Amino acid sequence: MKLSEARVLVMRGPGTNCDAETAAAIVELGAKAEVVHVNRFIKGKRSLEEFHGLVIPGGFSFGDRIRSGAIFGKMLSYSLRRELQSFVDEGKPILGICNGFQVLIESGLLPFGEVGEPTLALAKNASARFEDRWVYLRKCNSSLFTLKLKNVSRMPVANAEGRVVLPLGEEKRMLAQLEENHQVALRYCSAEGEVAQGEYPLNPSGSYADIAGLTSPEGTILGMMPHPERAFYRYMYPDWTRGNNEAKGDGYAIFEGMLVYIVERF
Amino acid sequence: MRRIQEYYRKLGREPTDVELETFAQTWSEHCVHKTFKGIILYDGEEIDGLLKSTVARVTRELSPEWCFSVFEDNAGIVDFEGDYAIAFKVETHNHPSAIEPFGGAATGVGGVIRDVLGVWGEPIANTDVLCFGPLDYPYEKLPEGMRHPRFIFTYVVAGIGSYGNNMGIPTVNGAIFFDESYVGNPLVYCGTVGIVKKSKYKREAKPGDVLLLVGGRTGRDGIHGVTFASSELEEGAEEIFGTAVQIGDPIEEEKIKRAILKVREAELGSAITDLGGGGLSSAIGEQAHRFGCGARVHLERVPLKYENMKPWEIWVSESQERMLLIVPPSNLDRVLEIFADEEVEATAIGELIPERRLEIYYHDEKVAELDVEFLFEGLPRVRRTARWSPPELSEPSFEPGRLGEDLHRILAMPNVASKESVIRTYDHEVKAATVLKPLQGEACDGPGDAAVLKPLRNSWKGIAISNGLNPEYGKIDAYWMAASAIDEAIRNNIAVGGRRIALLDNFCWGNPEKPENLGTLVRAAKACYDIARAYETPFISGKDSLYNESPLGGVTPTLLISALGIVPDVRRTVSMDFKREGSYIYILGETKPELGGSHYYKLKGFLGKSVPKVEPSKAKRTFEALTRAIDAGLVKACHDLSEGGLAVALAEMCFSGNVGAEVELSLVPTSQTMRHDFILFSESNSRFLVEVPPSKAQEFEALMNGVTFAKIGETGGDEVVVTHLGEELLREGIRELKESWQSGVRL
Repeated sequence: MKLSEARVLVMRGPGTNCDAETAAAIVELGAKAEVVHVNRFIKGKRSLEEFHGLVIPGGFSFGDRIRSGAIFGKMLSYSLRRELQSFVDEGKPILGICNGFQVLIESGLLPFGEVGEPTLALAKNASARFEDRWVYLRKCNSSLFTLKLKNVSRMPVANAEGRVVLPLGEEKRMLAQLEENHQVALRYCSAEGEVAQGEYPLNPSGSYADIAGLTSPEGTILGMMPHPERAFYRYMYPDWTRGNNEAKGDGYAIFEGMLVYIVERF
Repeated sequence: MRRIQEYYRKLGREPTDVELETFAQTWSEHCVHKTFKGIILYDGEEIDGLLKSTVARVTRELSPEWCFSVFEDNAGIVDFEGDYAIAFKVETHNHPSAIEPFGGAATGVGGVIRDVLGVWGEPIANTDVLCFGPLDYPYEKLPEGMRHPRFIFTYVVAGIGSYGNNMGIPTVNGAIFFDESYVGNPLVYCGTVGIVKKSKYKREAKPGDVLLLVGGRTGRDGIHGVTFASSELEEGAEEIFGTAVQIGDPIEEEKIKRAILKVREAELGSAITDLGGGGLSSAIGEQAHRFGCGARVHLERVPLKYENMKPWEIWVSESQERMLLIVPPSNLDRVLEIFADEEVEATAIGELIPERRLEIYYHDEKVAELDVEFLFEGLPRVRRTARWSPPELSEPSFEPGRLGEDLHRILAMPNVASKESVIRTYDHEVKAATVLKPLQGEACDGPGDAAVLKPLRNSWKGIAISNGLNPEYGKIDAYWMAASAIDEAIRNNIAVGGRRIALLDNFCWGNPEKPENLGTLVRAAKACYDIARAYETPFISGKDSLYNESPLGGVTPTLLISALGIVPDVRRTVSMDFKREGSYIYILGETKPELGGSHYYKLKGFLGKSVPKVEPSKAKRTFEALTRAIDAGLVKACHDLSEGGLAVALAEMCFSGNVGAEVELSLVPTSQTMRHDFILFSESNSRFLVEVPPSKAQEFEALMNGVTFAKIGETGGDEVVVTHLGEELLREGIRELKESWQSGVRL
């Protein structure tokens, strides 16, 4: 398929608020992006089949009531279960950013790619605060999303609930499973690429095993707390005035990887 | 009151409760700004409307063609690029924040966002400037029932962050100031910047158009908010006005925003306004007045949070997240569909009528009939007396101590210290358009002068947002406080590459019925005219909040000036951190023995008298030359000199850029011979420190022709070193200086 024919859905719900810049990133890479409210799909006015890829952007869907992403996640897993599962089974890529990551966890899509009950959680940050901060990320797998990503990249996090928590008492077992499947995509690290080992502020949330992003076992679904759309161009960086003439930011690669995959696969 | 009695005697009937409440709202200080529009006797002069003879006069006399809408709408609007214009509005939410800091601050943000929606604008950035009592204020001094400054600070910050973050509007610029006079009455200034499309700016309502109430339901929250805002905060205020603080729901407002922007794009509305102070009564009355018609309203149609609200309560409730759209009947179905799609309630509650009166019905009963003309023009103008005599102050006399130690201590003073712990709790880059962020430098933690946004994805043109606030100077003279605030807001803007600057004024004062309070208000307003006129920077919007008093007394006169500049190409923007070793350091502007109200004097326990003044004609030359140098790409870093003067600005540039500097004090241009410590810590206005690469020095100096400036040193090493004729006065490691600066204020 030609890049210009690739259609990506940016799905929003009430309280989603990073949809415009996320869609802009996709459009500026040469594909089509459309921001559509989840209700349009639930009411049957639109269909997921119209699209080759799905992004759930950041925000505070439903005001983060109950838990971040919980209500949006449940809406997907109950009202769009079949449609969504066949979207996944067809190998169409799904990217969840920040609140979108939380939604993917709450809908069960991550980490195991099956719509249903959540198996892990994104809990309140160890600092108990919302925090906006640029972090370093170490690439830990080579899924379609991370294929073009630098080994050490920089992007901002901006969340209050970004701490990956695995089931109590089963952390090690589950982490081993995730690692064996190459599902740990991104880890918080130092500028040199050393994993943060829980050290604040390198690991801004206290996330388990410094996990910043996870993919499904097949690698077609990525959820990440940092915002690639806010690191899309260099001028979005907090220190670009110190010199660095590259036009692209590190977040570019995430969207590029997704689109390259769509073009090759469909 | 007498005016209302007369009116009803002529009508030959008694007023209804709904009518009386309407007058109470519409004629409150909060809504009509009696003081600023009244007649003031001051020093043998009769000022006929303080607003129109000072602040608004600047704009009237300059009347720049790029001002699209000033002072008449919910926000000031200036041209940006093509069809795009920028709206900016700053509000205060002081009294609610004193009683319920989280809700008060959050709804302050929500309210000012609606002001921007109320000019068909898309909100793109928030600002917030906060004034609190000292965080270490002794508990035993706190009057019964009053909240501690630490509590208010914590929850005001949480409220602001919560609303802006939830709505996805970045909080990009602000300030936090601590002073004893804010213990009983904190100040919470909330600002919102928005994008307006001029061709979609509809103001064409006519009789027959439908009044559509959209958003949240109406409840008893926020009843009497404006009358609350227009009185002093007394003990027990919590019981009397407990229903006056509203509850915020940012997600509801986010949905309203989506729907309104769709209505805007499809041009389906004929007018729009927000529901703020006074609720429906103010919003509908004002629209009827504006379009020269009247309105018929059916209060029973208003969706309520619960049963049994009285008609007058529905009419004046200030429940949050509500807007009033006016829609031609032929477009109503399409508009209702748009709101239904976003799951936002929208209800037709009445219509505009040709007769110039408000007819309010509750079921079939007419509960009010008011003459629009009388409601808006009937209020007799107040006459007030203002008095000012210079306070008896003197310059202190003391010997300088260890300058390095003083610098450390000033950096840790709460008004200078890093606010990073607060800034990080605000999302300052959602929308991915914040090109120059509030935290800058090598470790992304240095204090930026102004924020720069790139509002349009396909244009390099940007806007710079900055502020100026100097309450300390107001203790000496409100005139020079105002002048300094204007200068500070402008130079912060210039420092990042802003120009074509528009200003907003927000006065927070104590009770204006006290002649001394009104005296300082008059002096501040006069400075606004003198200085802004000379700088050719029009005011585009403003607001006053008077009656900021508590049992502990009135707040120190506080004027916030917000500035909005244009950056032709954001790639030329300059941040404040030193970029490399071996650069030249220039100072622009003249240093004078102006330490009255300075942080150095404060550190030594003095206020002093020699408040910093402004010389606009000289300063203007400096600003223009600096802008040319930035445009020519000669400037690597630029920082304005403000609290703590040269020493603080230099230290901040060093530790933010992780490079030291050495400067020679005898090279600093001064107006007269000055003590070393005074040169280091004077807070004279209109000054900058600039980093220039040696290869560009000649070109830079040529551009500075006619400006007071000097090369005073070079960057390098990892210490700040200050010498005078070779003798070392100060040598401090940048890491240690940064630690002091970061230790001052922790959330």
